[in-house]
Amino acid sequence: MARKWVLFIALAVWTYIYPSGHAFAFSPQVIQRGAVGDDVIELQARLQYLGFYNGKIDGVFGWRTYWALRNFQYEYGLPVDGLAGSETKRKLVNASKYYEQFVKEQIRQGNDFTHYGGIPLSQQVKKRGGGGGRTVKTTASNVPKGFSQNDIRLMANAVYGEARGEPYIGQVAVAAVILNRLEHPSFPDTVAGVIFQPGAFTAVADGQIWLTPNETAKKAVLDAINGWDPTGGAIYYFNPATATSAWIWSRPQIKRIGNHIFCK
Amino acid sequence: MVRNLLIAALVVAVVGTGYWGYREHQEKNAILIHAENNYQRAFHDLAYQIDLLHDKLGATLAMNSHASLSPALAEVWKIASEAHSDVGQLPLSLLPFNKTQEFLSKIGEFSYRTAVRDLEKEPLTKEEYKTLEALYKSAGAIRQELRNVQHLVLENNLRWMDVELALATNDEKGDNIIIDGLKAVEKNVDTFSSSSEFGPSFIGLANEEKGFVRAKGRPISKDEAKRIAREFLGLKGTEKIKVTDSGNGADERFYSLTIHDPKTKGDIYMDVTKNGGYPIWALNSRPIGKPKISLHEAANRGMAFLRRHQFTGFELYDSTQYDNVAVLTFVKSENGVRIYPEAIQMKVALDNGHVVGFTARDYLSSSIPRPLPKPTLTVEAVKKKVNPHLKVMEERQAVIMNDLQKPVLCYEFLGTLGDETYQLFINAATGLEEKVEKLESVEPNYR
Repeated sequence: MARKWVLFIALAVWTYIYPSGHAFAFSPQVIQRGAVGDDVIELQARLQYLGFYNGKIDGVFGWRTYWALRNFQYEYGLPVDGLAGSETKRKLVNASKYYEQFVKEQIRQGNDFTHYGGIPLSQQVKKRGGGGGRTVKTTASNVPKGFSQNDIRLMANAVYGEARGEPYIGQVAVAAVILNRLEHPSFPDTVAGVIFQPGAFTAVADGQIWLTPNETAKKAVLDAINGWDPTGGAIYYFNPATATSAWIWSRPQIKRIGNHIFCK
Repeated sequence: MVRNLLIAALVVAVVGTGYWGYREHQEKNAILIHAENNYQRAFHDLAYQIDLLHDKLGATLAMNSHASLSPALAEVWKIASEAHSDVGQLPLSLLPFNKTQEFLSKIGEFSYRTAVRDLEKEPLTKEEYKTLEALYKSAGAIRQELRNVQHLVLENNLRWMDVELALATNDEKGDNIIIDGLKAVEKNVDTFSSSSEFGPSFIGLANEEKGFVRAKGRPISKDEAKRIAREFLGLKGTEKIKVTDSGNGADERFYSLTIHDPKTKGDIYMDVTKNGGYPIWALNSRPIGKPKISLHEAANRGMAFLRRHQFTGFELYDSTQYDNVAVLTFVKSENGVRIYPEAIQMKVALDNGHVVGFTARDYLSSSIPRPLPKPTLTVEAVKKKVNPHLKVMEERQAVIMNDLQKPVLCYEFLGTLGDETYQLFINAATGLEEKVEKLESVEPNYR
């Protein structure tokens, strides 16, 4: 009996330390799959509180969050559309608690944690450490299908090394050429294979690929992966001012972007 | 005394420098040898794999039982893929060695296709046997040439580093045995691929660009292209627009526009087809501020933009937020049938909700015949073919491009298995499982 009381008091203390915050913390936005940020963290935490969501509370609205939300909508008699609109959010807020400080604290410290209702919060944390003082809001990221953040970084390295002096569109174009090569039977079929093919890129040969890429290069890579190809399907490009190979001039040229001529 | 000390110091300095220079030289050599060895390994491995490829292709010709043919073809596929990877590691990117690479890629695709097929029900056709024979012959010729080059390399202690140097400096003396030998290999393959010996089963396999079949109409002028851009991008008219023609290598003629607005930082780029003046893509490079609108709102605005520009009958298929931009994918939908090849991607800035990117390349080059066929199987009949462990959550009809690059009408199922979400396409006429994909778009951040 005494142990039960201790548990109760502990729970009460925890609840006190981590108050459930405002009655309505969600911003007025309609949250849909693909969104990131604080609203998604709250959505995941609340869905987890009710046992609908068993994934990580990472602030990225992926498929698992989507199905959890739809199950919630179904159980609570809402239209099942996978969108967290005002009615869905209202019902969710009424039915669940959200210990915002607790959740934010764990994310900041980089701990593994859950947010189920009915279990003391202290039992839901596995300290991992190492992430102290992080300012990142989410612990995951959206990535285009078939690409990892590291693939994107590697491509950004290549783009930065090859074309950092080019206009933005010229950087997207270089990234697009790498992607066009992936699809082309005459070239290796992995990102690393294409980039490190001996002699394929001068930036790889002279080590400029290992410069730290800037945000622009990363954005250019993302645009190219998401489907923008300014080159019209080019698999080669060269700088006419410095190109030494006669062969490259024999390729059918598609267009010129910045200092590069793109060809088939 | 001072003199002697000075001499001693100088001697130490000279010896030290000499020793340092010697060490540097040694290290440089070690690295060169290391690089050279990597090339050598790739090359000798390639020669060996081609050898093996030739033998295995020969063996498949003699086989009669389907039980042994399938594994043999699978092996051909594996060897071709390894050889393909070897070529990618040689310093040949400036040498026309593409045909060989392409040849290997095609062998791989052909053998894979035939290996995974149920040869019991659908044995190799006459054409496919012809293709196999031709492949065997070609592989034999390449093998001969490669072994020859290999012999010369070993006999004369040729180094790949020299090839790289010769290619880089464009040394056209023509006495580089490796380059000449590989050119001979390339020529051999060329005669093969140009004679289209892969047969009719291979047409449509090579990623042929069909061009913008949808872009019909009379050719427009540069001024008309400017007008189209102004209307499409909602420009004020004060911007400077530069228009250039596409080069001769382009599949389809188009204009490239660079729009410079002195007020905003960042240019807008756009391509417009010459025939009919259809926007192919546009991209605004302006810096984007803090997000103020939601992804949902961005998707609504994207849809409104499409409607405003006469792209009707599209529905949102996917939406993703990357920091302060929303990337949206819309697909054509006709009577509830999603036509995946006819997709349009858009970027909407989350700071002010304006469209900052648009690409309709897929949509413009899609040539799916209309009217769409009606499904011959019912959804209930097809659903029985779905893996019983998969919990189906959504179903609809959809048109996709299958492995043979043919459009097929399918039933699409979205379902979950464990924690993962899967997308299944089952042919609505044959019940064949055309495509199964795991949907995953979220990756944990690494620390």
